[in-house]
This record gives sequence, structure tokens and C-alpha cells, in this order.
Amino acid sequence: MTRALPVLTVLGIILILWYAATVWMNAAFVRDQAARAGTSVSFAELVPLTMAQPRPVVPAPHQVVAEVWKGVAGQAVTSKRSLIYHGFVTLESTLYGFALGILLGVGLAVAIVYFRVMEMGVMPWAIISQTIPIVALAPMIVVLSNAMGIQAREVPKAIISAYLSFFPVLVGMVKGLRSPDAMQLDLMGTWNASGAQSFWKLRLPASLPYLFASLKIAIAAALVGAIVGELPTGAIEGLGARMLIGSQFGEPLIMWAALVAAAVLAGALILIVGGVERGLRRRMGVPA
Amino acid sequence: MTWVAAALVFWGLAWGLNLRLARGTSRAARLAVPVLFGVTVLVLWEGLVRGLGVNAVILPAPSAIAEIIPAVLPLLWADFVQTFVKGALSGYAIGCGAAVVVAVLIDRSPFLTRGLLPVGNFVAALPIVGVAPILVMWFGFDWQSKAAVVVVLVFFPVLVNTVAGLASSDRMARDLMATYGAGYWPTMWKLRLPAAMPFIFNGLKIATTLALIGAIVAEYFGSPIVGMGFRISTGVGRLAMDLVWAEIAVAALAGSAFYGVVALIERRVTFWHPSQRARV
Repeated sequence: MTRALPVLTVLGIILILWYAATVWMNAAFVRDQAARAGTSVSFAELVPLTMAQPRPVVPAPHQVVAEVWKGVAGQAVTSKRSLIYHGFVTLESTLYGFALGILLGVGLAVAIVYFRVMEMGVMPWAIISQTIPIVALAPMIVVLSNAMGIQAREVPKAIISAYLSFFPVLVGMVKGLRSPDAMQLDLMGTWNASGAQSFWKLRLPASLPYLFASLKIAIAAALVGAIVGELPTGAIEGLGARMLIGSQFGEPLIMWAALVAAAVLAGALILIVGGVERGLRRRMGVPA
Repeated sequence: MTWVAAALVFWGLAWGLNLRLARGTSRAARLAVPVLFGVTVLVLWEGLVRGLGVNAVILPAPSAIAEIIPAVLPLLWADFVQTFVKGALSGYAIGCGAAVVVAVLIDRSPFLTRGLLPVGNFVAALPIVGVAPILVMWFGFDWQSKAAVVVVLVFFPVLVNTVAGLASSDRMARDLMATYGAGYWPTMWKLRLPAAMPFIFNGLKIATTLALIGAIVAEYFGSPIVGMGFRISTGVGRLAMDLVWAEIAVAALAGSAFYGVVALIERRVTFWHPSQRARV
């Protein structure tokens, strides 16, 4: 309770500020309508009106919740209006990209730890690759994979996700694989362990805490990549496409609902990675 | 076919050279290996595109991209000013400044700090780029909305890092300040903020990448007819790939330079930190 109370307070403050913003930002529209109708509105009349607009500048929290609920429970799962459907599309490319990112990140990390030339040659470029705004490349990747005859829409999105998520994995893994100290490596040597054995039995287990810390960042990054990747594909399906549709058709509630859905998805994915980590630690006998 | 063969031979030679160079530890070798690696990628790209006759609409050769850069330089410059200077830089300054100020202000209340830190951490992990369409709706198509997206994107990583940094000065040092009779603000200025600098710069470096991403993504949701994101999305639409790649090159250069400048300032400000001393 001592930990939850401050968090709940902060969340409460945010909620109050949000409602205040709703009234403040939407009031102009209500006053405008009243002026056109030749009437005037008192403050007490104004407040409920600001929270029930179909196209509000700032939707009230309960409007967003209602819109999310409509998108989740009010539709068949296969419907184009279902947030579950769009969320699933985004989740699919996120997971493909995440898997690809782990593969790439771990592979490069192993190469960097074992080959000096890779460290000197690749590491600076891996860092530079992250300073390049991937979103600039996103439309390019979409066109390229189309031109190569790849019809599946997940592929370009997964590539963008992988591009964003491999870097934290790479950095964490390099740190982790190097974390056993000379003493432990020497011990493996005195046991006459082969290179492969000391990799599987010492370096890899030692790197897991670092890996999981990175994975939590990487899965969030992969989701961002998938959403960004949906923007230039022409708003067909996925949460990013829902945002684009809401933006183009002037339906703020659709945007907000998609945003909330993306946030919930991100939170759930991070929690799942955390859960896997705890399970694995228990299996490995690390006191939790 | 000769192009492909030449590119492959160059690859082999460069690889061999790099293997030899990697044995050295001199500063020159440290610089030469990655440069040679990058050049090899460019040569392979050029050779494969020419040798296999890849259509320029799909993937133009690096030389073709370099060729059109002088012709479109004014265009690139205008886009750079619109997206980077007006959108990303102003948003970066406002967002990072606000984050540091808020962190210092809430520092007085441990209750708020404990509440805000988990929330901030969570928000920092969210796909905040999603607010881009909303902010574009609020602030219009011009650079103000791009700056607003950047402000929101960079705020939380910098806030979380600053709060963590302010907590990092050790107990002994704070006690020493207390024995000097230093009050809250002198302690903040002379001890806690300097001690927080490595953390703050960590946040600032993460924020450099986010700033450019935010500015470009926001342009996908509507922009005036200038800007990097606008140029890229319309360039892809009319298959002007050389222009798009030129724009990507500018974005990459701007992103790397931005990061480099912040890293350089970090080295100046936190020269006392072990991670900075180890390098020299």
C-alpha cells in the first residue's frame, strides 16, 4: 500500500488535469454553438456539454473508455472496427520483428564478443544505425519489399520492428556475455571446458539478467516499429492504421482509442516478458 | 558481371585488411576498421546494383544518389530547416528543459517522486508516437505540431533519468554539504545537479534519436509542402527514389551529428565520470 498510494495519487492528479483540460479546450466549441443559436450557456450547463461532443478537441476519459469498450466488446472480433482485430495485426508484426531483433542482436553480440574485428567494425555502425531515424526509412522498406514481390504486409513492418529492437538486445547481450570475470573463465579453463561449453554453461546463463533487462526495452521498441510501419502502408489494418484513419477522417475518438489500445498492448507485452524472466530465474534456481 | 566480381573481390580484400588492422590497438586502427567496413558496404551496394542491373526505381546506386544531391541541395536545406531546426531542435530544447525543471521541482516532495517515477517509466515505454495525429490536430500542420510531438516524446525519458540522477549523489557528500551549512538550493546547484549529469546526459542522448523520429512521424500525419517526412512520403509515392535516399542520407547525417554533439558536450561536462576518463 505504501508503494501504491503515491502512484495512485499521481494517476488521480493526471485524471483531474485531463478533465479540466476537457472542459477548458472544448468550451470554445460549446460557446460558439450557443452564440450561433443566440443563447448563452452558464458554466454548469457548459461542463456536461464539453464532455459529450462527437468530435471533441480533448475527449473526456470516460468517452475514450467507452470508445475502447465499443471497439473491444461491441464488435465481432473479425470486424474491421474491432480493436482486437487491429491489435492482433499489430501484435503479429511486433512479435515477428521482436523475434528477428533478438536473433540479430544475440547473433551480432556473440560475434562481437568472440571476434575483435567485428567489435571494431560493426559496433560503431550499430550505434550509428540507431541515430538514423528509422521512420525515414519506413516507406522505403515498404516499397522495396513490395518490389521484391513480397505481398505479406507483415514483412516490412517486422523489418522496421527488428531494426528498432535489435539494438538494446545487442548492447545488453554484449555486456552480459562479458559479465563473467576472469576468475570464472579461468575456472572453466581448469575444468578443461571447451569454448562451446564455457559459452553454454557460463557466458550464456550469466548474460540472462542483462538480456531480459534489454528485452523489456526491445519489446516496447518493436511495438513502436510496428505502429510506425503501418503508417506509410496506406492505413489498411493495425493500430497505426486506425490512428491514421482517425486523423484523416477527423475522428479524434478513433485515434484516442487506438492510442489507449497500443498503450495497453505495450504494458501487457512488458509484463509478459517480466513474467517469463521470473519463471526462468526460478527454473535456474536464482532466489527471486 | 564484372561489377559484381569486382565488388566481391573488394569485399574480400577489405575483410582481409580489416582482420590485420584489428590486431593493432592504435587510434588509427580504431578509426580505420569501421570506416573500411562502411566503405565496403557502399562498394558492395554499388557493385551489386550495377552488376545485377537493379532498377533505379527499386534501389538506386550510391553514385546515382550522390549525383543528384547538388541539384536538390536547396530543397534538402529547406526540408532540413523545417524538420530539424524548427521541429526537432525547438521541441528538444523545450521538452528536455521542461523535464529537468519538473524533475527538480518534484524532487522536493519524495511522495510525488515515488508516485511519478513508475508512471514516468511506464509512459516512457509506451508507443508515444501515437499522440502525433492528436497533436497535429491541435497545433496545425506547421512546425509547431512537430515540436509538440517532440516535446511529448523526449519529456519522459529525460524526466526519469533526471529523477534517478538527482537521487544518485551519495549520502556522505550530502552530509558534507550539510556540515558546510549549505541549504537546499546550494546543495542542488553545487552537488546534486552536477552529480546527476551522467544520468541527464543519458536521457538527453536517448532523446536526440526520439526527437528526429517524432518530427518525421508527425509529418506523415499532415505537413506543409516542405519537410523531410513530407518529402520522403511524397517521393516514395512518385517513385523518385534517388531523392528519397538523398533525404534519408541527410536525416542520417543530421541524426548522427546531433547525437555526436550531445556526446561531445557530455564529455566536456562530465569529464570527471569514470566512463569518460577511461577513454583517454
